[in-house]
Amino acid sequence: MVDKSLELFDCGHRACGGCGPALAGRLILKGAGENTIVVASTGCMEVFSTPYPETAWKVPWIHSLFQNAAAVASGVEASLKKQGKSEKVVCICGDGATFDIGILCISGAFERGHDITYICYDNEAYMNTGIQRSGATPYDASTTTSPAGKYSYGNKRPKKDMPAILAAHGAPYVATASIAYPADLMQKVERAVNTPGPCYLQIHAPCSTGWGFEGSKTVEMGKLAIQTGLWVNYEMVDGTVVKAKKVARKPVDEYLLPQKRFRHLFKPARNEEEIAKIQAIADANAERFGIDIKPKK
Amino acid sequence: MTLRIGCAAAPGQARANKTGSWRVFIPRFDHEKCTKCGMCILLCPEACISADTDFPEPDYDYCKGCGVCADECPADAIEMEQEEK
Amino acid sequence: MRQIMEGSHAVAEAVRLCRPGVISAYPITPQTHIVERLAEMVANGECDADYITVESEFSALSSCLGASAAGSRTYSATTSQGLAFMFEVCFNVAGMRQPVIMSIANRAMGAPLSIWNDQQDSISLRDAGWFQLYAEDAQESMDLHFLAYRIAEDHRVLLPGFVCFDGFILSHTYEPVDVPPQDGIDAFLPPFKPFNVLDAKNPISMGMYATPDYYMEFRYQMDQAMDQAAKVMAEAGREFSERFGRDYGGLVEEYRLDDADVAFVAMGSVCGTVKDAIDEMRAAGVKAGLLKLRSFRPFPKADIRRALAGVAAVAVLEKNISIGSAMKGAAGPEVKDALYGTGINVYSYIIGLGGRDVRKKDIAAIAKAAAAQQGDMFYGLRTELV
Repeated sequence: MVDKSLELFDCGHRACGGCGPALAGRLILKGAGENTIVVASTGCMEVFSTPYPETAWKVPWIHSLFQNAAAVASGVEASLKKQGKSEKVVCICGDGATFDIGILCISGAFERGHDITYICYDNEAYMNTGIQRSGATPYDASTTTSPAGKYSYGNKRPKKDMPAILAAHGAPYVATASIAYPADLMQKVERAVNTPGPCYLQIHAPCSTGWGFEGSKTVEMGKLAIQTGLWVNYEMVDGTVVKAKKVARKPVDEYLLPQKRFRHLFKPARNEEEIAKIQAIADANAERFGIDIKPKK
Repeated sequence: MTLRIGCAAAPGQARANKTGSWRVFIPRFDHEKCTKCGMCILLCPEACISADTDFPEPDYDYCKGCGVCADECPADAIEMEQEEK
Repeated sequence: MRQIMEGSHAVAEAVRLCRPGVISAYPITPQTHIVERLAEMVANGECDADYITVESEFSALSSCLGASAAGSRTYSATTSQGLAFMFEVCFNVAGMRQPVIMSIANRAMGAPLSIWNDQQDSISLRDAGWFQLYAEDAQESMDLHFLAYRIAEDHRVLLPGFVCFDGFILSHTYEPVDVPPQDGIDAFLPPFKPFNVLDAKNPISMGMYATPDYYMEFRYQMDQAMDQAAKVMAEAGREFSERFGRDYGGLVEEYRLDDADVAFVAMGSVCGTVKDAIDEMRAAGVKAGLLKLRSFRPFPKADIRRALAGVAAVAVLEKNISIGSAMKGAAGPEVKDALYGTGINVYSYIIGLGGRDVRKKDIAAIAKAAAAQQGDMFYGLRTELV
């Protein structure tokens, strides 16, 4: 068991107030422990935590490029193995680096079976460059490159299913987590780093700036995503879902309404058709993962 | 300071950047109501709420005043106030 | 021990003797024989490295960066499109000051697709912060790897390096090669001592970003390090010569330059052809000589100025084209700069692109053109086609 009281992610970083990814970074290190080497991608977390020389990282940390963290980690892992060293190698990368530009390197690293843990902090768009859509952006979210407009309801496609893609690579452990459930998150990180082979963790990390809500509501937003079924916390072992967090589901409106990125669905009037489609995504999630707590008769 | 070859740095240096100056609202902790559950400590994105004091205590040098702690405190023991500077 | 070896196998043998901890490469013609041989050596326990069979060149160099940062001596090999795919990583490895060594089996850049030789690939990366060494034959292809690791890992340098040799012409031909003994190389090349290393006992952050307050100084440091590379190369080259009897003391090699009127400047395997052509020209009364550039980065400006001081004309043979540039070749302007103010005429001649043969008679004709003050042109074009 790692000592989860250790603070390995330091004060003084430049994240926005109430930053979901900053909280994710901190919790990841609590779960992974001191004997960890972090490989980062270019992105918000890299930028807010490492302007030379003011690093917020108290564990060894390396950043190379936007899209190559999994490949850099492959090399780090190979070198450590060769030297008989015991550090755990953990990638911490944003959703753009993971779902889009870095998928080649991730696929290669997972297929080769390196003993690494790849963690995506998923804030559902390219936040560092100014909130452009990524393959992780949810259906109908308005971003700067998928703006809602006269002929647009926002992002045209649902979120890519990265966990399934990496499970299909034969990853022994794949899980999703949320900053809103910190104990669960830390436990999953600990399990992933202690599972031999390539493991994948996708952490929902609400972004108040990009999604348009008050920074104080970051954790609340994470909870609402889970409570509406639009985000499911689950674990897959050897490709099979073994556990998913059950909820008494709320209507998706409760998650959508407080966020500026979905505001166009409610103004000037509630867009019944589009909201029904989003509700259908939540319903399908609930069905697929069996998360509904059935009311007692 | 001479630059370290390869743009590398030792830990601890982010602390030079005192983010407390960003704050507009300041969290006030009510020890009467506090149950010491530790939720504020765990959820602070700045890692700036101390766990080794008698009661959880934010380090105002770094607290950005985001209000996550106040929003999530199960005992409603944290109030956000506009800060006089 | 002297053996007849394919150039690629000589390179693989050199790499094995350097004892890399991690090898990471992606197959591409004409580099394949090197990595196949290394994979075989690893499989047979002759080379004690971890060989990462990556899914792309981009990952090949990225994983070398990671392995180097974690403290291993690393090796990769590529060419042409593969090197272009690494473009971004090349700048990154250099900026992070990781002494990765990579063999480049020089090949033309598409389009049109060509698997055949020229030097466009490595020359296009001239500004990336890697030193670039060019070999004339199989022996030099081998030996430059030993020197490359010595230069790169020296803490005065800490820059990555290319060892370039012409694809097919050197990679796929057989030549006699003197293979140094392992203990000799071990004495010449001590174990890798990393400067910045990922270690949980002494954590540091690597690859941070620099604001405008710092960025220029980091680039300045790299430029200074490249100057140091020239010094270390001279030192290490002398030591190599003492140990193994082959002289790589300098960034350049002079051939019959003493009383030359026309001097060629060239890199790579064409130097062999040029030397033969010079012998024939000399026999016919034409005073020609060659300055071979063994190093293109660092660029041997002072050596060029000294070695070419007395000549009337300089013909720079370029297996590359900088399309739209004044002299057409990439090396020409730098040679001209080295000779600025001497009154010596310097011309570029674009030759051998995409594997076009360069013959002795072509070299003789270029000497005539240079003497007649005609240059900055293609040589060997099939004019009936254009």
